[in-house]
Amino acid sequence: MFKKFFRKKPTDRIFFLASWASIIATAAVLFFVVGYVLINGLPHISPALFAVQFTTENQSLFPALIGTLMIVGLSLVLAVPLGVCSAIYLVEYAKRGSRFVKIVRLTTETLAGIPSIVYGLFGFIFFGVFLGWGLSLMSGAFTVSIMILPLIMRTTEESLKSVPDTYREGSFGLGAGKLRTVMLIILPSAMPGILAGVILAVGRIIGETAAIIFTLGNVARMPNNLFDTGRTLSAHMYALANEGTHPGEAHATAAVLLIVVILINALSSRVARFIKA
Amino acid sequence: MKFSISNMDLFYGDFQALKNINIEIPANEITAFIGPSGCGKSTLIKSLNRMNDLTEGCKITGEIFLDGENIYGNIDVNALRKRVGMVFQKPNPFPMSVYDNIAFAPRTHGIKSKFKLNEIVEKSLRDAAIWEELKDRLKKSALSLSGGQQQRLCIARALSVQPDVLLMDEPTSALDPISTAKIEELVLKLKKDYTIVIVTHNMQQAVRISDNTGFFLLGELVEYGDTQQLFSVPANKRTEDYITGRFG
Repeated sequence: MFKKFFRKKPTDRIFFLASWASIIATAAVLFFVVGYVLINGLPHISPALFAVQFTTENQSLFPALIGTLMIVGLSLVLAVPLGVCSAIYLVEYAKRGSRFVKIVRLTTETLAGIPSIVYGLFGFIFFGVFLGWGLSLMSGAFTVSIMILPLIMRTTEESLKSVPDTYREGSFGLGAGKLRTVMLIILPSAMPGILAGVILAVGRIIGETAAIIFTLGNVARMPNNLFDTGRTLSAHMYALANEGTHPGEAHATAAVLLIVVILINALSSRVARFIKA
Repeated sequence: MKFSISNMDLFYGDFQALKNINIEIPANEITAFIGPSGCGKSTLIKSLNRMNDLTEGCKITGEIFLDGENIYGNIDVNALRKRVGMVFQKPNPFPMSVYDNIAFAPRTHGIKSKFKLNEIVEKSLRDAAIWEELKDRLKKSALSLSGGQQQRLCIARALSVQPDVLLMDEPTSALDPISTAKIEELVLKLKKDYTIVIVTHNMQQAVRISDNTGFFLLGELVEYGDTQQLFSVPANKRTEDYITGRFG
C-alpha cells in the first residue's frame, strides 16, 4: 500500500492522505466513546445493580434491562412482519414505478424523517389516551414499531431488489408460482440484508428515550403485563443522569447498554451466517 | 409438429419486436434461431413458454399452438412452463445445494416422497451428464460449481419435471470452449427425448447441432428450413450475406 503511495501523482497523494485521516478520525471517535463509557462504567458495575427489585439504595438496572428486552421483542414482532410484507408487495407485486408505489415510498420516507419526540407525543395521545392503554408496554411497543417500520421496509426493499432477476426467471421458468418463488427463492437470498435492517432497528429501539418515556413511562420496575408501565435502559440512564445523585450507576448503565447492543449485533450476525449456510 | 406459430406479432409498448412470424417446429429435432443482436430471436423463444408475460408492456397477437393447443388461450401458465422447460444465457442456479436445485421444481409440482425425489435428482443429473461429477457433492452449494457445471446443472434442473420441450437461450455464450463442447454433445443426446429450440449467436454451433435453422433480421423471419440447406444454398440474399459474414 505504501509502496504504491510513493508512485502516485501529488493530487492522488493528497486524496490518499485525506481518506486515511478520515478513517483514523472515525475510528478514534468510536474508540474514545466506547472507551470512555467502559472506563467510567465498568468499575461501578456491582451485583446490587442486577437486583431483581429496584430500590433507592441499589439503583438496580435489572428491571430496565428486562423492560428493554420486552420492548425490543414486542416491537419487532409488530413491525418486522408488517415491514417485510409491505416491502415484498412493493418490490414483487406492485407495478414497478407506479403512482401508488411512489406515494407509499414518499410516505415511508417522510415517516423516517420525523423526530422521535413527535412519535412519543402521538403515541401518548393516540395509544395512551385515545385507546386508553395508558403508559404501558403496549403503548411503547406500538409507538416504537411505527418508528422502525420505515427502516425495516426500506432495507427489505433494497435487499429484495438486489436479488438478481435471473433467480426469478429460473423459478418462473420451472413453473413455480409467484408465492413459491418469493418464499423459497427470493426471501432466503434477501435474508442477510433484511437481518441487517432488523439489527439497525434494534439499535434504534434500544437507543430510543424520548418516545419511550412518553409512552412506556419511566417507572423503575418490571412490567407485570402488557398494559403495565416500566422503563428501558436508556430511560433508566436518563433518569439517573437527570437526578444527578448516582453518576456512577448512570455510567454503569451506559456500559451495560453498550454491551447489550454489542451482544445483539454479534448474535444477529451469527444468525445471518447460519441462515446463509 | 410440436409448435405451430401463425401470424404472430409482438410489441414492446410501441416497438414491434416481431413481425408476422409463421413457423413450424418439429418434435424431437433441434431447431436453431440465428441472427444479429436485437433481431428478435430471444424474444420469440421466450414467447414459447410465456416468459414474456413478465415483461411489462409486452403484447402478442397471432397464435402459438403447442400440440394443437393455443398457449395464449385460456391455459395454466405454470403447467405450460412445466411442459416447456428453459435454460438461460447465464447459468442461474439457485443459491442452495445441488440437490435442492434439482428437487425444487418436482417439489413445486407436488412430489413429496424422499425416495422419489432422490430418484428424480439422480436421473436428471445423469440425463444432463453431470452425475459422475456431482454425486459426492449433492449437499454442496450450487454456486461453488464452475460455470460449465452450473449450466449443466441448470439443464438438469429443467429436465427434473420431464418437460416435452427444452428452450435454450444462448446457453453457451458465457462458457469456455470445452464446456461448450460438453453442452453441445449433451443437447445432441437429449433430442431423442425432447424437442429442443436453441437461440445461438454462434453460426458454427447451429451448423454442428441443429436440424432446422431460422434466420431472423429486424424482427422478421427471413428464412427457415433444413440447416444443411440453409447454410449451403441459402434462398435469400440477406441470409447469404449474414452467414458469409458480410454483416452481423
